[in-house]
Amino acid sequence: MNAASLLLDGLPLPFSPGQTIMEAATVAGIFIPHLCHHPEFKPQGSCKLCTVKANGRYVSACTMPAKDGMEVENNSPDLNDKRRTLLQMLFVEGNHFCPSCEKSGNCLLQALAYELEMLTPHFTQFYPDRPVDASHPDVLLDFNRCILCELCVRASRDVDRKNVFALSGRGIGKHLIVNAESGRLADTGFSLSDKAAHVCPVGVILEKRQGFKEPIGCRRYDLQPIGMQVGQRPGSEEGC
Amino acid sequence: MADECFDAISVAELLRPVVDLHRRDPGRLLQILREAQEILGYLPRPALTAIAEALDLPRARVEGVAGFYSFLHLAPVGRYRVLFSDNVTDRMLGSVELMDRLCNRLWVERGKLSEDGLLSVDTTSCTGMCDQGPALLVNGQVLTRLSAERIDRIGELIRAQVAMADWPREWFHVADNIRRRDVLLDARWSAGEAVRAAVVRGRERLLGEMKLSNLRGRGGAGFTTHTKWESARRAASDDAQGRCYVVCNADEGEPGTFKDRVLLASYADLVFDGMSVAGFAIGAAKGLLYLRGEYAWLLPALLENLARRRHNGLLGARVCGQPDWMFDIEVHLGAGAYVCGEETALLESLEGRRGVPRIRPPYPVQEGYQGRPTVVNNVETLCKAALIAVRGGAWFAGLGTKQSTGTKLLSIAGDVASPGVYEYPFGVSVDQVLGDCGAGNAQAVQVSGPSGTCLARHEFARRIAFEDVPTAGAFTVFGAHRDMFEVARNFAHFFAHESCGFCTPCRVGTTLVANCMDKIANGSGSQSDIGEIFRIHRLLHAASHCGLGQAACNPLFDTLSKFRPAYERRLRSLDFAPAFDLDQALSVARRMTGRDDPAAHFGLGAGVQRGEP
Repeated sequence: MNAASLLLDGLPLPFSPGQTIMEAATVAGIFIPHLCHHPEFKPQGSCKLCTVKANGRYVSACTMPAKDGMEVENNSPDLNDKRRTLLQMLFVEGNHFCPSCEKSGNCLLQALAYELEMLTPHFTQFYPDRPVDASHPDVLLDFNRCILCELCVRASRDVDRKNVFALSGRGIGKHLIVNAESGRLADTGFSLSDKAAHVCPVGVILEKRQGFKEPIGCRRYDLQPIGMQVGQRPGSEEGC
Repeated sequence: MADECFDAISVAELLRPVVDLHRRDPGRLLQILREAQEILGYLPRPALTAIAEALDLPRARVEGVAGFYSFLHLAPVGRYRVLFSDNVTDRMLGSVELMDRLCNRLWVERGKLSEDGLLSVDTTSCTGMCDQGPALLVNGQVLTRLSAERIDRIGELIRAQVAMADWPREWFHVADNIRRRDVLLDARWSAGEAVRAAVVRGRERLLGEMKLSNLRGRGGAGFTTHTKWESARRAASDDAQGRCYVVCNADEGEPGTFKDRVLLASYADLVFDGMSVAGFAIGAAKGLLYLRGEYAWLLPALLENLARRRHNGLLGARVCGQPDWMFDIEVHLGAGAYVCGEETALLESLEGRRGVPRIRPPYPVQEGYQGRPTVVNNVETLCKAALIAVRGGAWFAGLGTKQSTGTKLLSIAGDVASPGVYEYPFGVSVDQVLGDCGAGNAQAVQVSGPSGTCLARHEFARRIAFEDVPTAGAFTVFGAHRDMFEVARNFAHFFAHESCGFCTPCRVGTTLVANCMDKIANGSGSQSDIGEIFRIHRLLHAASHCGLGQAACNPLFDTLSKFRPAYERRLRSLDFAPAFDLDQALSVARRMTGRDDPAAHFGLGAGVQRGEP
C-alpha cells in the first residue's frame, strides 16, 4: 500500500496520519510562512500567515490535518500577496523599528517581511501606547513589538506550568498581560530559565545585559533567508 | 485608581458568598465576575486576585476574561452606567443627538467617568430594541422609546441620585410588537405539551419526525437540525458515560434582530420545551441557555419559569415520569460580546473563558461543552422543534418551500410604519414584506443584519429562503432619504468593536476598514481608499478565523456595489489623499494658543510667514 500523500504546489508530499499540512511540509523541507506556529506547541492558527488553499478553500496550514489526495496551493502570488498584507497589518498595529531593535536579524517578523518582499508598511501606523516593563532583574518586556502569537502564553502554561502570561482586552485592544496584581513581571514567578523566556519570535521578551552582543549583520536571518532554514529552530543559529 | 479603596481581605470577604454560590467552579467564572461587579460597581484589581485565589485559577486568566467582555469594567464606571444602543436604527431615531443632550445636561464627556464618580455615558452595540428605539441601558436595565423630554427627566433623576427602583415603571416597558402571526406565534398550549408528545413518540420516532420536517437552523447558517441531533447522539453513544448537552443560543447579537427577545419574553415555555425535546432526542441530562448580557432584564422571569417547570415535573429527575430520563436547564448570562453568538465562542464563554471561536473541526456535535457532544441551537429553532414534536414532521414540511420548510420570524425595523416581529412561511417575497410593514419608499433592506445582505430596490422581488436570501431574522429598512454610506460606516465600526482579536486579519483589518470609512466621511477619501476596502474585504473573507471576520466587510462590499454614488460624492477627485492633514494637525496648537489667524494655518498665510512669495 502506498503511503498517504497530498499535492503541494503540484508536487507529491507524503505525510503520516495525524500530521497537519504544516508538519508534513516542514518534514519535507518546504517552507510555509508562519509566526504563531512552533513545532513544540499545540497549533493555534491565529496569525494566519500560513494560510494556504486546500482543495479550493482557504485554511490555516498549521491546524488543517493533511488528507490523502488533497491539493494544496502554497507558494502562489495570491497567497503571498495576502501574507504580505497580513505582515503589513502586524507592522502598523505595533511599534516596530527594526534598525534599533535588539532582535533585528533574529526576528521572525522581520525575516518574513524580507522573504515576502514587503517594501513598506502601506497602512497608516496605529502608534499604540505600550509602556515597557523593565521591573524584572533579568528580563525586559517591550510590548511595542508584541504580535500576539501566544507562544510565551503557551510555553509558560504548558511547559513551565507557571501561567506567567495571558491575553486581555478584545479586538484591536487585545494585549499581553502578566500574572501579577501589580502588572509587573518582577512580581510573577518568571525566570530566565523558563521556556517562555526563549520562545518570543519577535523582540518582546529580551534578556538584559545581552544587547547587541552579537553584531547586527551576523545574525541568523542576516546570513540566510528564512525560507532556506526550514525545520531549524532558534537556538541552533550560528553567528559569523 | 480607586483600587486603594478596596483592601484585599475585605474584598475577599465581600465576594465569598458569590464564589461559594457558584461552588468555586472555574467554569462559572464569567457569572462570578458579573455578580462581583454588581457588588463592587466595577472589578478592582484586588477583586480579580481574590476571585483567582478562590477558584484556584491563574490571576492572569481571570484578568484576561474580565478584559474581554464589554460589560465588565476594570476601572470605575459610576453609580449610573448609561449605555446608548448604537445600532443604525437607534441612530436613525436620533440616538446620537439624545446622547449629546444627556452628556451636556450632566456635564459629562462620552466614555469618561464624571468627576464626582456619579455616572458615565457611552454607547453599546445593538440592544435588540430596534422596534421601540432609541433605547439605552442603565445599569443593565433597558429603557425604550427615548425622547428629548425623557432624556431630560433621566438626567434629573440621575443628578438627584434617585434609585432606579423609583424611576417611572413605564419607561422600562418592553412591548412584543407582534404584527403577523403564523403557526409559531399562534401557538398557545400548556408548558410541557411538546415534551410529553416527544416522550409518547419515543426517541426514534421523534428523530424520524425531525428528519421528515427538514427543519433547518434559524440562527443563519441553516444547518439541518436533524443531522445535528443525530450526530451528537451518535457521538455520545460511542462514549461509555454518554454525557452530552443541549445549548440554546440566546445570544441574539446581530444588529437589527429582536425576535428571540420576544420568544424569550412571551414564549419561554416553548423555548424550554424545545430544549427538553432536543435533550430527550440525544439523551442529554443538561441544557444550558446562554442569554446575552443585554437581555439580563429577562432573567428573573426565565428563572421563575424554570422553577415552575421543576415543580411540575418537567425538569429534574424522572421528567414526565420517565424513570431513565433526568434533565435540567441552567441559564448563563453573557456580558456584551457579539462574537459569542458564534457557537464555539459561545461554548468557550459558557466554560468561563474569553469568547474566542475554536478551531473547527472538531465540531460541537463531536466535542462541544466541556469536550462532550453538544447540540447548539438557536432559540427559534428549538421553538420549531417543539412544534414538530407535537404536530409532526410532515405537517411542518408542508409549510414554506421545499428547501426551506416552515416559517421564519422577521425582526422588522427602520423606515417602516409598523416595526415589530412578523412570522411568514419561507418563500415570502421582500416586496410583500415591505408592503405589509408599511415601508413606503424604501431604497434598501439589510437582511440578516450587517453580516447578511443589503438588497437594493431592483432585488425586492427576491424571496426570503435559504435558497435565495437566507436570514437569521433581521430585516432593516432604509427609506430613500437615508445615506447608505453612513449605514455602512456604522456597521464597519460595529465589527471593529466586536472583533475578538484572535486572528490578525479580523483584529487589524476591521479597524483599518473603520478608519478608512472615517477618512472618507471626513472628506479626505479617494478612489484608492475604495480599492483598499475591496482588498481588505477579500483578505478577511479568505483568511479570517470565523464568520465574524469573513462577513465583516460584506455591508461595505454590498453598498459599494449597489450604492456607489453615496461613496463617490464624498471623495476628492484625486487618486490618492493622505489620511494625515497638516492643517488639521495644527488645530491643537491653535486651540492652545487661542489663535485662528491665517498665519496659524497652512496655506497662504503660512506661506507668507515662511517668506515665500
